Amino acid sequence: MNAPVAEPAAVLQPVSCDSDVVAARQLVRKLAVELEFSRPDQALIATAVSELARNIVKYADEGEIELCAAASGSKTGIKVTARDRGPGLDDVELALQDGYSTGNSLGLGLPGTRRIVDQFEIRSEPGRGLTVTVVKWR
Amino acid sequence: MARRVPIISQGDLLIAAVQEELSDGDIQEMQHSILKEVSRRAASKVILDVSLLDVIDSFGTRMLSDIAASVALRGARIAIVGIRPEIAMAMVLLGLNLENIPTALNLDHGIAILRDRS
Repeated sequence: MNAPVAEPAAVLQPVSCDSDVVAARQLVRKLAVELEFSRPDQALIATAVSELARNIVKYADEGEIELCAAASGSKTGIKVTARDRGPGLDDVELALQDGYSTGNSLGLGLPGTRRIVDQFEIRSEPGRGLTVTVVKWR
Repeated sequence: MARRVPIISQGDLLIAAVQEELSDGDIQEMQHSILKEVSRRAASKVILDVSLLDVIDSFGTRMLSDIAASVALRGARIAIVGIRPEIAMAMVLLGLNLENIPTALNLDHGIAILRDRS
């Protein structure tokens, strides 16, 4: 009768068009509400997911957003992994500078996202894809 | 799937009420319909109510700026109203702002600032 403690399942949202960006935003908002994030933090994580998902549509055509609950000590949070099989970034540091953009945008997507989360990690394999992992603690 | 952005007009005032969860495409479509209505109704004042938007990210901010600039080029004045407090906070942290675009707490205040400036 010893039911194993259920690991929080990861939610996967494929991302290839702008309605997927909306869907990813809705999913993370739902998770943030379930994990009792404050309203400002709900807005921050939803905004971060929006930026990451849009980057996939814009630069890689397709990829996915994976969401899961994260725990560290007494902290609870949300971990977001944005994965794509696009061109990756040749210069990650450059892409993290405010105002740098190869697309027609404000260039605040990645650097802005880094500012509104607690942990930010970016792994680029030029020609093969980009993985951005962020964590926001409650 | 495009969502309608209800646009109502009263005299020379247009009010566009953004609905929840607009996709990027929906926002672009909204820009077209607002501009079309400004011309059709010869509106001189536009209120864009974004109180139902729960995310305004870098694309959303750029689109709001574009809408404001294009409405201004048509000779009308615009106020963006109802940005939620938590959204305002997120925008500032992201480094986003709506410089030179009048914003107001709600519809009434928006109408008041547009009237004051005429």
